[in-house]
This record gives sequence, C-alpha cells and structure tokens, in this order.
Amino acid sequence: MIEVKDIHKSFNGQHILKGVSATFHKSDTSMIIGSSGSGKTVFLKCLLGLIAPEKGDICYDGRYYSKMTLKEKRELRKEIGMVFQGGALFDSETIEDNIKFPLKMFTNQSPEEMRDRANFVLKRVHLENVNQKFPAELSGGMQKRVAIARAIVMNPKYLFCDEPNSGLDPQTAIVIDNLIQEITDEYEMITIINSHDMNSVMEIGEKIIFLKQGIKEWEGSYKTIFKTDNQAVTDFVYSSNLYKKVRETYNKD
Amino acid sequence: MKYLHNIGLYFLMLGQVFKKPQKWKIFRESLFKEIDELGLKSIGIVAFISFFVGGVVAIQTALNVDSPWIPKFLIGFATKRSIILEFAPTFMSVILAGKVGSYITSSIGTMRVTEQIDALEVMGVNSLNYLVLPKVVAAVLFYPFIVLLAMVLGIFGGWVSGFLTGLFSSDNYIEGIQLDFQPYLVRYALIKTMVFAFVIATIPSFYGYYVKGGSLEVGKASTQSVVWTSIVIILLNYFLTQMLLG
Repeated sequence: MIEVKDIHKSFNGQHILKGVSATFHKSDTSMIIGSSGSGKTVFLKCLLGLIAPEKGDICYDGRYYSKMTLKEKRELRKEIGMVFQGGALFDSETIEDNIKFPLKMFTNQSPEEMRDRANFVLKRVHLENVNQKFPAELSGGMQKRVAIARAIVMNPKYLFCDEPNSGLDPQTAIVIDNLIQEITDEYEMITIINSHDMNSVMEIGEKIIFLKQGIKEWEGSYKTIFKTDNQAVTDFVYSSNLYKKVRETYNKD
Repeated sequence: MKYLHNIGLYFLMLGQVFKKPQKWKIFRESLFKEIDELGLKSIGIVAFISFFVGGVVAIQTALNVDSPWIPKFLIGFATKRSIILEFAPTFMSVILAGKVGSYITSSIGTMRVTEQIDALEVMGVNSLNYLVLPKVVAAVLFYPFIVLLAMVLGIFGGWVSGFLTGLFSSDNYIEGIQLDFQPYLVRYALIKTMVFAFVIATIPSFYGYYVKGGSLEVGKASTQSVVWTSIVIILLNYFLTQMLLG
C-alpha cells in the first residue's frame, strides 16, 4: 500500500501541491486526473522520489520516504517501474539492451538468463522480433509497449505511468490500457497513472483522484464518476459533448 | 548570482560523479565506449590539424628568422618548443572542447529533455556517476596520448614543410628538434592536458545535465558549454604555466 500524507510542494513561491493525501492499494489501477497545471506531474514525481515534498510524507508498505537513507531510497527505486510519456527509451541502445539494462545494473543474472527474461517480457507486451531494433525504428505504440516491458522486467511492486496514451490512436490506446490493467492484476502491483485520456479513465480507473489547483478535489472510481455532483469534476470530465451524452444515457438507465 | 549558483552546482555535481560505480562491469563497458567516442573518433581531426599547423609554424618561423646571424637549426628548435609547450596541449584542447564538448552536451542534454535521465534515476541509478564518470576517466586517460600524437605529427609536419618549400634543410631541422630536449617540458604539457581533459569532460556534462526545455535549449547549451570550456582552458593554461614553469 502507498499512503500519501498531506504533501505540499512549491516552486519559486508558487504553491503547486497544497496538502494532498491519498491511499493506493495492491492490484488497483489508480488514475490521477486534472487539467494542465493542476499538479498531477509534480504529484507523480513526488511519488517517484524525483521531487522531495516540503511537507508531508509518503509511505511505501510501511517505509516512510522522509526517513529513508539515500541507499534505502535507491533500493526502493528498484521496486518501482515507470512508463514515461515519451517512453524514455535509451535511443543509442537496442530494444533488448533497453530491457536488459535494469537486469545488468542490479542483478547477477547470466547473459542467457537476461535474454530469456527480456524475451519473456517482450512477449508479455505482445512484441516479438524487435530485439535488435532501435527505438527510433518502432512506432509510438510499440515504443510504449517496450517502455512497459522495461518497467516490469524487475517484477516491480509499484508501477507509475505518465500519460501512457498520449500521441496514440484510440485503438492502440485501448491496447495499452488493457495491457496495463492485465499486468497490474497479474503481478499484483500498485499502478498509478497520470492521464488526460477520459477513455482510459472510464475503462480502467478503479480509483480516480481529481486534482484541482494542487488540492484533491474529488476521489472515486469509474463507476461513481458518472454520478458525482462535484461541479469541478463534471466540468472537466464532461467538457466534450460525447461524454455529456454518455452521462445522460448512463444516468437515465 | 547566477554564475555563483552554477559554480556551486558544478561542484555538487562532481560530488555525485566521483562515487564508486554501481557496477564495475557496466562502468568498464561505458569506459571503452567513451574512449571510442571521445578519443579514437577525434584522432583524425587531431592528426590533420597537427600536421598542417606544424608545417605552418615551421614556415612562419623560417620566414621570420631569415637572417644570416640566426642559425637555421633554430627553426626546428622553435617549432618543437611551440608545438610541445602550447600548440599540442592547449590549442588541441580548445579544438577538442569544440568537437567533444558539443557532443557531450548534446548527448546528455537530449537524454535530459527526453526523460531518459529521469528513467535512470527512477530505476535507482546514480545518473551522474553512470553518465559522466566514464567520460571523465576516458578523457583524462586518453587525451595525453592524443596530445603526444599531435606533438609528433606537428613536428613531422614542420619537417615536411621544409622539405616541400626548401626554406630549410632536413639536417638543420633535425638538429633543431634534438637541441636542448627537456623531458620535463613534455611532462608539463601532459599535466596540462590531463587538467584540460577533466574540464572538457565535466563542463559540457554540466551544461547537458542541467538543461531545461527542448531541442532549442540543448543547442544553446552546447554553444554555451563550448564557450565556457574554452574560456576555462585558456585561464587554467595561464595559471598552470605560471605554476609549472614560472
């Protein structure tokens, strides 16, 4: 379980996170939503330990981040998998080397074991025969799948995704969403996704947190988001006519 | 204020760079890759420039000491001294600051703006140690060899220019380069080179690592890194010359 306790963060005097608290459970796919500038990315970076909150704390299965030594923080990070918005694959290395990188760095596996593991995770994300290609030779959707494969290669406890569907067509986006949800269930991970994509939110958001101007404005799930009366949430989620109609139909039923 | 902040940040960066590598095998692999990128791939341009500048230095010296009172062997002597003391260590380092410095800044800067450095940090990798230390070690270990090569080719270029122009004889030139040979001057040049190599690897890494924005900012950072690396080399050259020869 990840417990976020009243975290605050400012940049250049601007208060970005104003006391956000939340709890994330095993095997749940949680979505962080909110408009641009709401503090989603800063929140995710705090969870990843890339930004230190000024106040508050984050507890990873009983381990408080603020009380960890640098070594313990590095150890914690080995339990974290991250899928970046642009994939963040190492473009000078082949797909196989990208996936093998955490194994090479943190395990003593033999080259054969590493190759087998890389092939296994590539197969798991439905990619084959791409081992010797470079990231630039793959499509955006394939790069995202490689990024997911790299994120899960160390069997992480926590998976974080920053806009995993940005720049993808709707069909590929659904493939990626389903893949993330399947992997979350299969590996019993805590998955936290930053997203703007309302399709994803409705599809896999077992827990949804809506941030507005650095405050947790609303919390619920894809089942309750249709029924909420929170004006800020409805303004954000139902800004498109399509979703307005979906909501009307849903509430009629 | 910004300059002071950057100087402080640069030294904090060095604190992270000079830590024990997380895995020696990966460090060794990166080191050989960097020796290839920063060292071996620079040999061509170094050889080309050294040969021709050595030739020009010899011709200029010959044309400027064209007096019956000045012995001809002084052309070889002056060419040798110019090349060993300044041209090979300092001029070559400024050239390498342009070639290698812009490569280092743009490669690390691109990794920064495409979140590859964040990816390393999230994995638990000390990104500065992983990315910068092999570059520093490769440059400090390999650049002295490049500078030795530049010395040899520069002096050889001088000899070839005499042969081709007929301004001085081969015997005179060889007598000049053998005259008053002081091994300490070569050591002095190599010490300077190692200091400059450290600067060439670390300042561009600093500019690349802390770049913010997109590709345009990476381009600007590359330019800035080359300018500042060259300035620091020239300033250090002044102090090192005073310290080691003064």
